[in-house]
Amino acid sequence: MSGLDMAIQGGIWALEILAIAVPIALSVAYITYFERRIIGWIQVRKGCNRVGPAGLLQPLADGLKLVLKETIIPARANKMLFIGAPLLSLMPALVAFAVVPFGETSLFGVWETPHIMAISNLNVGLLYVMAISSLSVYGVLMAGWASNSKYPIMGSIRSTCQMISYEISMGFGLVTVMMLAGSLNLSDIVHAQAGGILHWYMIPLFPMLIVFFISGCAETGRTPFDLTETEELVSGYYTEYSGMWFATFSLAEYGAMIMISLLTSILFLGGWYAPIPALDIIPGTVWLLGKTAFLIFVFIWFRATFPRYRYDQMMRLGWKIFLPWTLGWIFVVGMFIYTPGLDGIIDFWLAWR
Amino acid sequence: MLETAFFNLFAGLSIFAGLGVVLSRNTMHAVMFLIFCFFNAAGLFFLLDAEFLGIILILIYVGAVMVLFMFAIMMLEVNVSKMRDNFLQYLPLGGMIAVILMIEFVAASTTGVFTEGAKATAEHLAMDVNNTKEIGQILYTKYLLGFEIAAIILLVALVGAIVLTIRGRKDAKYQNISKQVNVRREDRVRKVSM
Repeated sequence: MSGLDMAIQGGIWALEILAIAVPIALSVAYITYFERRIIGWIQVRKGCNRVGPAGLLQPLADGLKLVLKETIIPARANKMLFIGAPLLSLMPALVAFAVVPFGETSLFGVWETPHIMAISNLNVGLLYVMAISSLSVYGVLMAGWASNSKYPIMGSIRSTCQMISYEISMGFGLVTVMMLAGSLNLSDIVHAQAGGILHWYMIPLFPMLIVFFISGCAETGRTPFDLTETEELVSGYYTEYSGMWFATFSLAEYGAMIMISLLTSILFLGGWYAPIPALDIIPGTVWLLGKTAFLIFVFIWFRATFPRYRYDQMMRLGWKIFLPWTLGWIFVVGMFIYTPGLDGIIDFWLAWR
Repeated sequence: MLETAFFNLFAGLSIFAGLGVVLSRNTMHAVMFLIFCFFNAAGLFFLLDAEFLGIILILIYVGAVMVLFMFAIMMLEVNVSKMRDNFLQYLPLGGMIAVILMIEFVAASTTGVFTEGAKATAEHLAMDVNNTKEIGQILYTKYLLGFEIAAIILLVALVGAIVLTIRGRKDAKYQNISKQVNVRREDRVRKVSM
């Protein structure tokens, strides 16, 4: 490989990364806008409507405000880790997007075979996503510890416990998907669900869809589970953060929210396939992003609807309800696959037999 | 060429991180260095086409073990001056381990596995070799017994840890959540005619 080829390849990679990172940053900004508007609509009030037409410039104004605010670093804080913590929580949220397949395209017939639209179509894509998203715990832990203050450290320990607990049921939920698809590659999992809404994994794995999505809510610390980081409870682990570093935490939170929605659509809702095969003339990416947008709406809907969990209720839900459910469902799926009389039922969804 | 460059990068950074673990004064920094070291080790696995092992290393060690490790360290009270006092008493043991390791490394490096030609002949796996599948197949057939024994040991350790730490406190108050959820209005509110 000559130097020029390498430079071209590097340029293509950089473009691919930008093509995913920039829309994510923009959509994070506008999800905050839609969140306020939707919650306003649910609660029969206006929501933000002053800056720009219909309030559309509000996210930019908010961003400007956060940039201009002073960043305060507490005198006794561990400076290096205090500044590193927001980055540590933002990084995994963005890096996880590297393996997400956004659809497949033959570039209007230029390529003979359709290519997967992902930065990297890893064979262990699902494990990669799990591994990377499990890193976001460090941002939380570091933020709490480096602030050198008692409320952040209490908040960070509580948040960490929550994230670790729900990660387990999330992982077990994914095991059932692997059992049906027979692959860890995200695009293969989508291919296994081709052929209309009846083939989607939300039919045989409906309880896992529920568990996965609610665990996702808990992982990102969205509303029914935001007991560790709300304003009334001294903001949890980011009490001491202000200005842009504070915004970085919320950027990570919204990024993780998009990620969970994307993953749920890919794993359980048929990814880029239309519910009826005839509708596949609409590009797959539109379907995938549409499903994702709907799930993001559901996140916001949760926020406007449910009261907050108490700490012990949250722990109970994770360990005593979700964990047995997921383990039980792994057993049920395994039983269906290998019992001679029952395998006829599950063969409909089984990609590898 | 690119591969060698990446190998040197990952290997160098993991040595740097390893030194950081030992030399940093702050235990929290030491833990962060150890995490960084694991990342570089995962990078080395990727270079060897063992992407499954690399990802699992990050998932298990970085994502789970080190978090709990950090919890433990945050709870510890580290008294540096007290540790300094007894520093020299560990020197003979540590020195012995260092010497043994050194001899092992030298012996391993002279066996010829690492010579210039041997490295070049190490072939890459084909793109369609799925290493998750290969590992699964060999674990559940050839090494099934060992695998199951390891699983049992882990289970016993898990149960043991719970048994050792659980304190059935008589004075602790619990809420019965199913009872709370099943409450109806009639149980709480009574209509009284005045």
